[in-house]
Amino acid sequence: MHELSIILGVIETVSESAQAANAKQIIATYLRVGALSGVVKDALLFSFDLASQDTPLAGSKLIVEELPVVIHCHSCGENKVLDGVQSFRCPVCHTPSADIRQGKELEIRSIEIEV
Amino acid sequence: MAVVTTRVLEVRKNVLNKNDELARDMRKTFETAGVFVLNLVSSPGSGKTMLLEKTLAELRQRGLRVAALVGDLETDNDAKRLAQSGAPVRQIKTDGRCHLEATMIRTHLDGWSLDALDFLFIENVGNLVCPASYDLGEAVRVALLSVTEGEDKPLKYPTMFNSADAAVITKMDLAEACEYDRETALRNIREIRPSIEIVELSAKRGLGMDAWLSFLERKKRAASLR
Repeated sequence: MHELSIILGVIETVSESAQAANAKQIIATYLRVGALSGVVKDALLFSFDLASQDTPLAGSKLIVEELPVVIHCHSCGENKVLDGVQSFRCPVCHTPSADIRQGKELEIRSIEIEV
Repeated sequence: MAVVTTRVLEVRKNVLNKNDELARDMRKTFETAGVFVLNLVSSPGSGKTMLLEKTLAELRQRGLRVAALVGDLETDNDAKRLAQSGAPVRQIKTDGRCHLEATMIRTHLDGWSLDALDFLFIENVGNLVCPASYDLGEAVRVALLSVTEGEDKPLKYPTMFNSADAAVITKMDLAEACEYDRETALRNIREIRPSIEIVELSAKRGLGMDAWLSFLERKKRAASLR
């Protein structure tokens, strides 16, 4: 499980951003996590509760937005959303595609702070 | 009464930014030095070390200059095995961490002249989950799957197999004893990573090694032409 080290990175970045904005308090952190990012939402939440204690993020919320995989189908000429990660084929014409346009994200999108 | 104002601050930062930036820098360094770097990933016991032992020895015999970094949670057993090939080998002990990170690679390259190498192999920690998230600056990521593990492993660990540039099926000499279903295994890999290149071999018995070595030389040649 590497979610704990991921979360330590999140806490560091969020603390820095909040301090730079002169925040009095951090209310929430919004993460975007793709289905191919290799991290598990529950493990992130669990690690966050543990690791945020005694940091400026203690008591704040972690909100994880999960993003599905989007491939580009070269037959249809369009991006298509996949409903899982078990098959990388266009859901309409079933052509395989390794052209991934979304799903690898592991990003701090924003933070909600009190100023 | 104090007025409390809340606001939302856009951050838009990749959590693994530091690792990814370092990996990108290292990739450039490797390309400039002309060393072709491979990151070998698999579950524990898939045969990464055995494949590397034979690969290092074979490439050296062909007059190529090779080196290896080996990640392990605790021991340096694998580095000792690989050093018998005569190639420079260094152990990266992760102290319980389940994956290698770009910074560990950089630290352990200290003192090695990259210009004097043709191939650098990185043997990742045996783990099909966490190493998928960490770019090490490699040119090619190779996922190993042994015939003893079950044909549905790519479906169970899609993130890793999707992130791989090539797949190697190992322990082919045991295929019959394990009732290995070749068609299903190859189909599952390609379902997760369409058009991926697949090499089948048994490093121990020397089966399929020629195809693997020509794959390495072909990839290196293609990279140097870019």
